[in-house]
Amino acid sequence: MIRVVLPAHLRTLARVDGEVTIEIEGPATQRSVLDALETCYPVLRGTIRDHVTRERRPFLRFFACAEDWSLEQPDAPLPEAVAKGKEPFMVIGAIAGG
Amino acid sequence: MSGVRVLVGTRKGAFILTSDGKREKWDVSGPQFAGWEIYHVKGSPADPNRLYASQTSGWFGQVIQRSNDGGKTWEAPGGGIKIVPGEMPSGESNKFVYDTSAEAGKPLTTHQWYDGTQHPWEFKRVWHFEPSLTDPDTVYAGVEDAALFRSSDGGHSWHELAGLRGHGTGPKWQPGAGGMCLHTILIDPSNQERMYIAISAAGAFRTDDGGTTWKPINRGLKSPYIPDPNAEVGHCVHHIAMHASRPDVLFMQKHWDVMRSDNAGDSWQEVSGNLPTDFGFAIDVHAHEPETIYVVPIKSDSEHFPIDGKLSVYRSRTGGNEWEALTKGLPQSNCYVNVLRDAMAVDSLDSCGVYFGTTGGQVYASANAGDTWAPIVRDLPAVLSVEVQTLP
Repeated sequence: MIRVVLPAHLRTLARVDGEVTIEIEGPATQRSVLDALETCYPVLRGTIRDHVTRERRPFLRFFACAEDWSLEQPDAPLPEAVAKGKEPFMVIGAIAGG
Repeated sequence: MSGVRVLVGTRKGAFILTSDGKREKWDVSGPQFAGWEIYHVKGSPADPNRLYASQTSGWFGQVIQRSNDGGKTWEAPGGGIKIVPGEMPSGESNKFVYDTSAEAGKPLTTHQWYDGTQHPWEFKRVWHFEPSLTDPDTVYAGVEDAALFRSSDGGHSWHELAGLRGHGTGPKWQPGAGGMCLHTILIDPSNQERMYIAISAAGAFRTDDGGTTWKPINRGLKSPYIPDPNAEVGHCVHHIAMHASRPDVLFMQKHWDVMRSDNAGDSWQEVSGNLPTDFGFAIDVHAHEPETIYVVPIKSDSEHFPIDGKLSVYRSRTGGNEWEALTKGLPQSNCYVNVLRDAMAVDSLDSCGVYFGTTGGQVYASANAGDTWAPIVRDLPAVLSVEVQTLP
């Protein structure tokens, strides 16, 4: 089980409260986690990653175990604590705008 | 008794304003999609309860919302929750992918940037929805960077009508201050194969074959602020309006100049007449009088607020050239708001109602064709768009 923390607007869009939990097969990576998330919640497709390039949207960052994973390779293994559900994978929106 | 439903898109959500045919007392609901920019909300002429909303954000991109009950509830088409991991999502309702196939006229990937260099085409948001006149599941979307998309499954999937970008002038299009947006879509009710669109800053275009092929229709436009004032493309058209009974007659609010065409856009003539300034964004036509048109003159360059702080709608009953100021009920001092291009609409009740929203968050209504005005609401977020549905 993977725990995912979403920004408030994406929780509203996906109609969920609090953390989201998802199941994945194989190694826990940014790509596998986000693929599974978008499979469970199709409305999130295109809101975290670009539809075509699959790149992270510019005003979003990914954190795990208090470290910034935004610039890591999408297939790099996430920390074991995330893979085991002890720590969440966090999608964080930039603090910007009014 | 019949009534009206006013669909308001703002910087921070959508609002729905409803009233009976008297249009004196209003119910205000919202915000829907609070915190998101709602560029446009529009109902289907074929099914008034089918609404489409463009929900967009600098953080999270584009979301398409659809309602089947007049805005009481909404869904992202095909975007419902799936609880079976591994099953592929069925919904991609926010997927707008430019067609760069050879069939589209060769890979068209760049347009002109502000500095004259070529710049990649990048999808940013949907500015305008135009639902089909006959099929609630068919809807057109005008997007930034400028292109026209169509959905025939209720907004679930979108396909570009690539003949517009591919017809040859695309590399000369360039963004205006608000981005390179396709903001106006008009469908000829007498011949739905004919459509008009407008782009800032490229100009107006027409198709006569349902969107397969397009041609620029900018002859007669003069824009002294571009290198060739009479260019085939490059004009900053702000909005175009049409009366359903005379689809060959078009009225245009250009960056500067109010223009008119009597031949489906083949040529244009200026009808700014005695307007105090012919800069503006919004333009619309009276529901029952095809020669009665409305604009909101705005001071420019760059100020973009009413002259002398006096908010005025101007009405022409002669199809242009002769204009009268309509100010009763509108602020006549210290008013420095703007009225954006998609923020004016009319209803079709016997006494035509006229509506517009401002960047100050007011939505004004006139139940007597503009003679007098009153605010429906005063303190919404900045209004981006106003559409009106006349309900049975």
